[in-house]
Amino acid sequence: MIGFDELLVRLRGLERRELTRWVENRWVLPERHAESWVFHEVDVARVELIVEIRRDFAIDDEAMGLVLSLLDQVYDLRRQMRRLCDAVATQPPKVREAIRHALPHKVNDG
Amino acid sequence: MAKTPYEVIGVKPDASPDDIRKAYRKLAKELHPDLNPGKPEAEARFKTVTAAYDLLSDADKRARYDRGEIDESGAERPRYSYRPHAEGAQGWKYGPQGEVNAEDLEDILSMFGGGMGGARRGRGPRGEPFAMPGGDRLYVLTVDFVEATAGAKKRLSLSPDSWLDVTIPSGIEEGQVLRLKGKGDPGIGGGVDGDALIEVHVASHPYFRRDGDNILVELPVSLAEAVLGGRVPVPTVTGPVSMTIPKGSDSGAQLRLRGKGIHRRGHAEGDQIVTLKVVIGDVNDAELAAFLETWAQTHPSDPRRGMTTP
Repeated sequence: MIGFDELLVRLRGLERRELTRWVENRWVLPERHAESWVFHEVDVARVELIVEIRRDFAIDDEAMGLVLSLLDQVYDLRRQMRRLCDAVATQPPKVREAIRHALPHKVNDG
Repeated sequence: MAKTPYEVIGVKPDASPDDIRKAYRKLAKELHPDLNPGKPEAEARFKTVTAAYDLLSDADKRARYDRGEIDESGAERPRYSYRPHAEGAQGWKYGPQGEVNAEDLEDILSMFGGGMGGARRGRGPRGEPFAMPGGDRLYVLTVDFVEATAGAKKRLSLSPDSWLDVTIPSGIEEGQVLRLKGKGDPGIGGGVDGDALIEVHVASHPYFRRDGDNILVELPVSLAEAVLGGRVPVPTVTGPVSMTIPKGSDSGAQLRLRGKGIHRRGHAEGDQIVTLKVVIGDVNDAELAAFLETWAQTHPSDPRRGMTTP
């Protein structure tokens, strides 16, 4: 976990007011601690993601909100899917086999 | 933190190639090993400066450095990926606001039992209710040193209108994980709710340190206090207390404040251990110097007597 200023140093070229705005927009959710912000690994990775999306795809602030919201929904679905797969994995072999057979092989089959 | 090549050369990050060349030549003249024979520190700096210039004078390398693709030594920086974080234990944090996973997941599960009377709730392959425990959620919480020693109640915000109240037990240690039963993802179809796992980090303190259940603190004392003794205020985690410094205390002497350390349930009470550090204060005090000169003549002593030379 690192502080606001350390993060600015690590991400050369990112301006203080930009990072502040991202936090205010709730694009990044650092932990509030003793009048400053603490960024955990997931938050740092997210800031790096925003930097990269903005630079490589020329996404502006307005579109960024939409992009992040869509990304978050995809990751949420993936998390849910993972839970489901974990649950299937704990079933007896017979049940797993039955599920595998019940799954359509291609989208067209269904 | 390693210096950026711009800092090494002493130019701004938007300096022109010309400015960079000029600044480099100036430094190179100053530091060149042939002009500074027998000065290893100049040679070391010269190497750093040359390496920085190699990077900045190559437009392609400079651009890659500015984009964060390579580090100051020119080595590739590992490409980070957000995915493992998003799908890791902390990824829920950026899930849709106010999400309730249970309903979405029940929708998916209902697809499994879709042919069986269009059951709204999850059904197993033979139509029996599909019960599934909720997942655990990992949260991270930072507490300050005093909160960690004395214990505290903290409120962890999950979203603008939801939170978890967490009781930090006294004496919690860095990295310890608290488990809040049933505060994780809700269970499905009658399955038990998951737990909230709270990983606690303890922020460091400007002068308190911890050693087991004891608190360590280094206390500056004046020369007069060390020689003559006296009562001085000492900070403790529960507020300042007054402590007697015995006459003739050396720098490094340790005094124990019983019961002023960490109190953990089921453990003996910790103490605060105060290490004295004699501070001369004004080192240019002429009166003190004059006194010591006369005093030293009549009081020869060798504090290093016990040290044998190899």
